[in-house]
Amino acid sequence: MNDPFDVIVVGAGPAGSVAAWHASLGGAKVLLLEKDRDIGLPVRCAEGVGAAGLQTVIEPEPKWIASEITALNLISPHKKTVTLKNVGLGYVLYRKIFDNFLAEKAAHAGTEVLTKAYANGLLFDAEGAVNGVSFTHLGKRFSLRAKVVIGADGVESRVGRWAGIHTQLKLRDIETCVQYTLANVDVNPGVCDFYFSHEIAPGGYVWVFPKGPGVANVGLGISGEYAEHKSPLRYLNAFVQEHFPKGSILTTTVGGVPVAPTNKVIVKDGFMLVGDAAHQANPISGGGIVPAMVAGKIAGQVAAEAVGTGRTSAKFLKTYEKEWYKAQGNTHKMTYRLKEAVYRLTDEDLNRTADSILALPEEKRTIVNVFKKALYNKPTLILDALRVFKDRIGDIFEPLS
Amino acid sequence: MIEIKEDRCDFCGTCVSVCPVDCIELRETVIKIDRDVCTNCKLCVYVCPIETLEFVDE
Repeated sequence: MNDPFDVIVVGAGPAGSVAAWHASLGGAKVLLLEKDRDIGLPVRCAEGVGAAGLQTVIEPEPKWIASEITALNLISPHKKTVTLKNVGLGYVLYRKIFDNFLAEKAAHAGTEVLTKAYANGLLFDAEGAVNGVSFTHLGKRFSLRAKVVIGADGVESRVGRWAGIHTQLKLRDIETCVQYTLANVDVNPGVCDFYFSHEIAPGGYVWVFPKGPGVANVGLGISGEYAEHKSPLRYLNAFVQEHFPKGSILTTTVGGVPVAPTNKVIVKDGFMLVGDAAHQANPISGGGIVPAMVAGKIAGQVAAEAVGTGRTSAKFLKTYEKEWYKAQGNTHKMTYRLKEAVYRLTDEDLNRTADSILALPEEKRTIVNVFKKALYNKPTLILDALRVFKDRIGDIFEPLS
Repeated sequence: MIEIKEDRCDFCGTCVSVCPVDCIELRETVIKIDRDVCTNCKLCVYVCPIETLEFVDE
């Protein structure tokens, strides 16, 4: 590790690895720090992703795809199932392999990768610009300089806080989640199920994502606002007891998902914030893989250009912010407004929505129409829904990523 | 004060993401609360997905 580096990225999830990869491709000398011993572990994700969104950043590889998804079941509180077909293709990933693959991409492009590297502070120059990271690695302290630092340390983003950015989430804007990977369960390999009801997951939903024959990620998120009285763990145990009493738990996955507006500040002098750390996950679904990769790619490219031209101030790094809003951020704003409205729907509203969708011919049962029916008395939001949703799996997929 | 049942903790960071005073330090398998900074607001207790944190009267 010979500093100074051009770019140091903190966190080797999809946002960080893609940022490092693209900064390296742009010619920068990059160090990627990961606090855990294995990149990709522990998985903190339901592992669902839409193919179309994914392909904007990377070509799918069979080795990290557990199953292909071609339909979605939305199950109402009164247990009616709305099946959505014609939603394009989705995948349930093996995130461990996927994350490794992205870090390999970065490494092959020239990024130096360091695991078991725990960041504990940022370095600043005399003008207050970020110019390095301090971290511990195998019991030794390091303080390494870099022209640009990218914070990709996930929902808890302390790196963002050290840079002076307010990253704390309100209870209303976080989903608290638990998931079991269950074996010995009866699931349809090509279909993802979503259960909605205040009784089983208040302010959130249950997902059942098949990972292969007889195996599925079964999990739920509830709004932080509802978690005080009953934990997600208790909600999940109740659901599994009812629906999969014979399932064996292969893995327990735990985590928080930001369902918030994009952080107000995502750029400082010498610093950019990406992915869950920047609250870029889809606020309705909680899907964060694609937005993280899109933001990471932009940030990596901007970092390389900033270093190459000696313009590492916030003024130039705001190119990343502008490009983020162009690519996804503006849609993200509308999605947050939709989330706020959907969040207020009662179980009766959800039942009514399911009934009115089931009254439509099968070809009209689309994601856009579900939102139209759910928000029938809010015409301006329906316009948002028409702009946001493309009737593809990615619209309502990708929780907990 | 907030107590951590470390043998239950999954080190997921959900508590860190809501902490208003950034008093929780989290590593791969280590979690610590800086009690001098903690205000006992209990947000971390509420959001923990698996009941790792608990508020106990001193």
